[in-house]
Parts: sequence; structure tokens; C-alpha cells
Amino acid sequence: MSADSAIQIESLVKHFPMGGSVVEALKGVNLALGAGEFAGLVGPSGSGKTTLLNIIGGLDSPTQGSVRVLGEDLANKTHKQLADLRKEHIGFIFQTFNLLPVYTVFENVEFPLLLLNRTNGERQKAVDEALERVGLSHKTKARPATLSGGESQRVAIARAIVKQPSIILADEPTANLDAENSHNIMRILVELNEDNSTSFLFSTHDEKVMAYLRRTIHLVDGNITSDEVTTPSAP
Amino acid sequence: MIRFLIKGVLRDRSRSLFSVIAITIGVFLAVVYRGFVAGIFDDMLRQGAIMMTGHVKVTTRAYAEEAALLPMDLALLGVDETMEQLSADYPGMFFTPRIVFGGLIDVPDEEGVTREQGPVAAMAIDLLSSGSRQVELWDLENRLVDGRLPQSADEALLGDVYARRLMVVPGDIVTLIGSTMHGAFTTHNFTIVGTVAIGVGSLGKNLLLTDISGARQALDMADGATEILGFYTDMFYDDDAAVARAADYNAARNGTGDEFAPYMVPLRDQYNMGAMLDYMDVAVVIFIGVFFIVITIVLWNLGIMNSLRRYGELGVRLAIGESKAHVFGSMVIESTVVGIGGWLVGTAIGLAVVYYLQEVGIDYGAMMEDFNMPISHVMRGKITPDSFYLGLFPGVVAPVVGTMLAGRAIFKREMSQLFKELEA
Repeated sequence: MSADSAIQIESLVKHFPMGGSVVEALKGVNLALGAGEFAGLVGPSGSGKTTLLNIIGGLDSPTQGSVRVLGEDLANKTHKQLADLRKEHIGFIFQTFNLLPVYTVFENVEFPLLLLNRTNGERQKAVDEALERVGLSHKTKARPATLSGGESQRVAIARAIVKQPSIILADEPTANLDAENSHNIMRILVELNEDNSTSFLFSTHDEKVMAYLRRTIHLVDGNITSDEVTTPSAP
Repeated sequence: MIRFLIKGVLRDRSRSLFSVIAITIGVFLAVVYRGFVAGIFDDMLRQGAIMMTGHVKVTTRAYAEEAALLPMDLALLGVDETMEQLSADYPGMFFTPRIVFGGLIDVPDEEGVTREQGPVAAMAIDLLSSGSRQVELWDLENRLVDGRLPQSADEALLGDVYARRLMVVPGDIVTLIGSTMHGAFTTHNFTIVGTVAIGVGSLGKNLLLTDISGARQALDMADGATEILGFYTDMFYDDDAAVARAADYNAARNGTGDEFAPYMVPLRDQYNMGAMLDYMDVAVVIFIGVFFIVITIVLWNLGIMNSLRRYGELGVRLAIGESKAHVFGSMVIESTVVGIGGWLVGTAIGLAVVYYLQEVGIDYGAMMEDFNMPISHVMRGKITPDSFYLGLFPGVVAPVVGTMLAGRAIFKREMSQLFKELEA
């Protein structure tokens, strides 16, 4: 494993019980993601993309194999240690935004910093910067229900980046957005990657997302079928 | 962080306002139902206590042993002094003397010759003393069918049905024929000034009701009474206290060997009322228990549903880095605080309603005009000590346990499953 590896996966297998049978979602996946990479897991629905992201994020546990994130072997971690890893180093962006509906935009973005016990001043500054970065400084007091899909996803991005994590895991981040919003979101994520050297791992089957990727990993039926460096085609 | 969580609770009305309202309603119903059932059972006791047993009854020891025979020769004397002592010893109670006796009444015609004659079950109570509550407790003004209440010692009331049978109307003079407490033959004229419908079983059938001063004259019982009835000032019977008081009272007079010494009997030890009290205790537990189980299940489900609805939110919080224990703990604390809020409000409103029923009551006499049963026309409630805390179980424990059950998913399921449920 290289010293600057963000993610190192070896022989990862994941089985799900379903009814009386067992579904093999991942069948011996090997993958290494370096710091600052902008990579995507590409494949059809049911290929295992989301399962892989969940395991990397410590939301799911592997059936076999090892997963190391930022040098830490997740197999040896307690729930609390996994929560601490996510709290400090991993940001999530979800397909359905998953904003907390009773809180304002500002409060949604502030939440990860509350978990990190940041001071009022630190939180205010970090949230302002994150919202400015995604172009929503004027919406701090709005509730999620009043936002468009694109705005909601930008809030979710601000929430993911506000603590300046080492890794951002984005599960189909543009699936619920129109083309224009999809491109806007991806441009923001590219900027963040370039400015902060944050590692990005997407799961997607959206060609608009693929156009921005610098590394494309094809996942079919739980197996990586190709892993290639790509040149972004998006402007 | 705490402020952040409080904001969430306050803004999400289904978690705060609606939950508090639901718990408030549940606890309110539980408290009112408890008070209502206690009031009903107490009312059943009250009628018997007023007319027959008192909450405690003081007689001579000898009279108590032969009470079923109404042995007037064993009656109490020196009643005024005994009453003074009782009132001084038991400031939370009031006492009233009465004479229960039997005899014949003779109804003469215009020429003074017997027209009708019949037996009477007579009762002499304190109708005329200032401060006496007997007219109020017997509800005589409402039970008066014709005429008016006695205003002097020689006036009496006659049971309405009996008066019609004997063709006695207010203003008629009847002669009581009986024996004095010393066994001598006696006659005494009473003016029937009114008729009453007591409506309490056999007590109302041949009833002659007069003031105790008139009966004392008729029966040669100066400062005497067959019994002194004691009542708690608020008219609510406390069985344990009554039994303890009677035991203390009698223990203090044991060993004198005086069979005419005052002897106190609690309501429980009269007319097999003990069995009825025990039955009522069981009935209260069953009535309240069934109602509580229903309310508890409803509020338990409230806790479960409130938490199930939030699986998606919980998943997000876990993904962002909140620990499972912290998420679970915050849910339980939130449910506890909301439950306590609902419990306090529900208990306060419920107690206010029960207090109103206890002190004022709801008079539905107008609907019962043609209904001659021995029940009160005033719906009463009663605040019991457990009314203050009984709402804790359905109001706080049930929703908190429901929340904990639903919250087990945080520990039992893979966190990714919580997202799937959010997206479903």
C-alpha cells in the first residue's frame, strides 16, 4: 500500500441474506485510491457500487476481506471508532440529499462541526465559507423544503466539505438533478478536489458525472471489470 | 449540541407539540377516569354511610354487640360530652347523634278515633341544630315530595309511599306509640309537616324522620342517642384511617369493664361492608387497570411510531459521525422530556377536572326526575393520592420504552439499512 493511499481494499466480499438465499453483492474486490483522486465507481444498478461506498464509509461491514481507510483497518474498529473516523475524515453526499428537514441550511451545514465540538466562532466561519463555496450564502435561514433539488444538493455538499474531510463519498449525487444542476454540482466538486486535495469517490451511472472523472472503475455484478485513468471530457 | 437537538424537537411538531398533546390527552383521561371511578365507588359508600353506618359509629359496647336488635336500653347517655371529646380528638371529622327506634303510629280521624295504624322504622337525626349538616347530607330538600322540613321538635317527615297508604297529608297529627329507653310505654304526638322519598331500599318504606330533640322527649332519652355517627369532613371514606382510629379509640377504653363505655366501629365492620370494600378495591384495580393498559398501548405506539418515522434522519446523523449511543441517548432523553411535559400538563388538567367534580360535582338530577333509585343525582369525582403519579406510566414510561424498542434498530441493523428505509 502506498504511503499516501486514502483507501486500500483487498479481496472484499459482501454477502446479503435475502429470503432463504444469499446475494453476493461484492465478489473479491481489490482497489486502492490515492489522496486527491477524483474517481468514480461506474456500473448498472445492483452492481455493488453503493455497497462498496457504504463499506468504505463504515456504514456496512464486509463479509470477508480487508478495508483500510487513511491507514486504519476498519475490521478492528468499534462502532464508536468508526463514527469518529466518519466524523473527522469522511464526508457523505447522498442521492436524495438527506438534509435534516427541521433545520435551516446553516444548521444542516453546522451539524458536523457540532459533533467535532468546534467553537461558535469556528463554526460560523467554516459554515459561511462552505456556503459561499457552493453559492448559497443568501439561503442560510431557508429550510430544506423551500429549496430546489440543485440547491438541496449544494447544501449537502457544503455539509460534506465544511469539516474539510480527507475523503468524500458521493452516492449518485446527480441522480435527482437536471443536466444544468448536475454540471454545476460537478464543477463545484472538481474545484474542491483541486483546491483542497480531497479524495472523491463517486458511485454513478450518469454520463454527466463520468465526464468529470479522472479515474473510472467499472463494477459489474460485484466485480471490478476495468479500472482506468480517464481524461475529463467536460469543459 | 443540546441546543441544536432542542431546536429540532421544538420545530418538529409531530415530535413535540403533537406528542405532548397526545400524551396530555392520554394522561388527562387516565387521571379523570381514576377520579371518576373513585368518585362513583365513594358515592356508593356515601349513601350508606349517611343513612346507616357513618364513616365510624360510636355506640355503647353493649349496643354494638346487639345492634341488629336496636336495643334502646343500651343506648349512649352523656352524648354532648362524648361528642365534644370526639370532636376534640378527631379534628378532621364531624360527629352527629341519632336515635334509631321502632314503634307504631296511629292516625286518628276527625273525631280522634283511630283511622289507620302501622309500624314505623323511625330515625331521629339532628335536623335543627345550627351547623348541622344532616339536611344537606340527606339531601332532604330535593327528596321532599310534599310539605316542608321540620322546624320544631314535634314535627316529623313521613315516607311518601307510606303516607299515601295511611292517607296522611302534611298538617296531620299522628301519635307515636312505643317504649322509652327504660322500657316504659310511651305515646307522643308528631305533626307530619312533609313527605319524603328517600328511595334507599327498606329504609324508605315505613320511615318516620324527626329531629333528635323530639325523639328524646318521646323516648325519655335526655342527652341520649342510640349512636353517634362520625364522618370525615370532606365526606370521603378512608378505610385504613377509620379502622386505625376505631382500634385506637377502643384500645384507650379497654379494660374498664364498663359495657356502657363508648365503642367505635368503622364502616368496614358494619353490615358486612368489609366484603363490599374489598370487592370495590378489586373492581377499582380491574377498571383502572384495563383503561390504563389501553392508554399505555396507545402511547407506547406513539413512541414507536415517532422513532420509526425518523430512521432516515438517524441514518444521516450516524453517517455524519454521531455515535450510535449518542443518537440512541438523545432519542430517549427527548422522549422522556416530552413525556414528562405531557404528564405534567395532563395531570394538572385532569386533577383540576376531578377537583371540580369532587367539590362541586355535576348535578344531573333534572334527567333523573322519574328515576327513584338510591343513587346520588350529583356526579362526583375524588382525588386520590395516586392520581398525582399514576400518569407517569402511560405518559412517560410507555412512550420511552416504545422509543427504546424502536431505537434498537440503531444497534441491530446495518446503518446502510436505515438509508434504504429513508429512501423507500
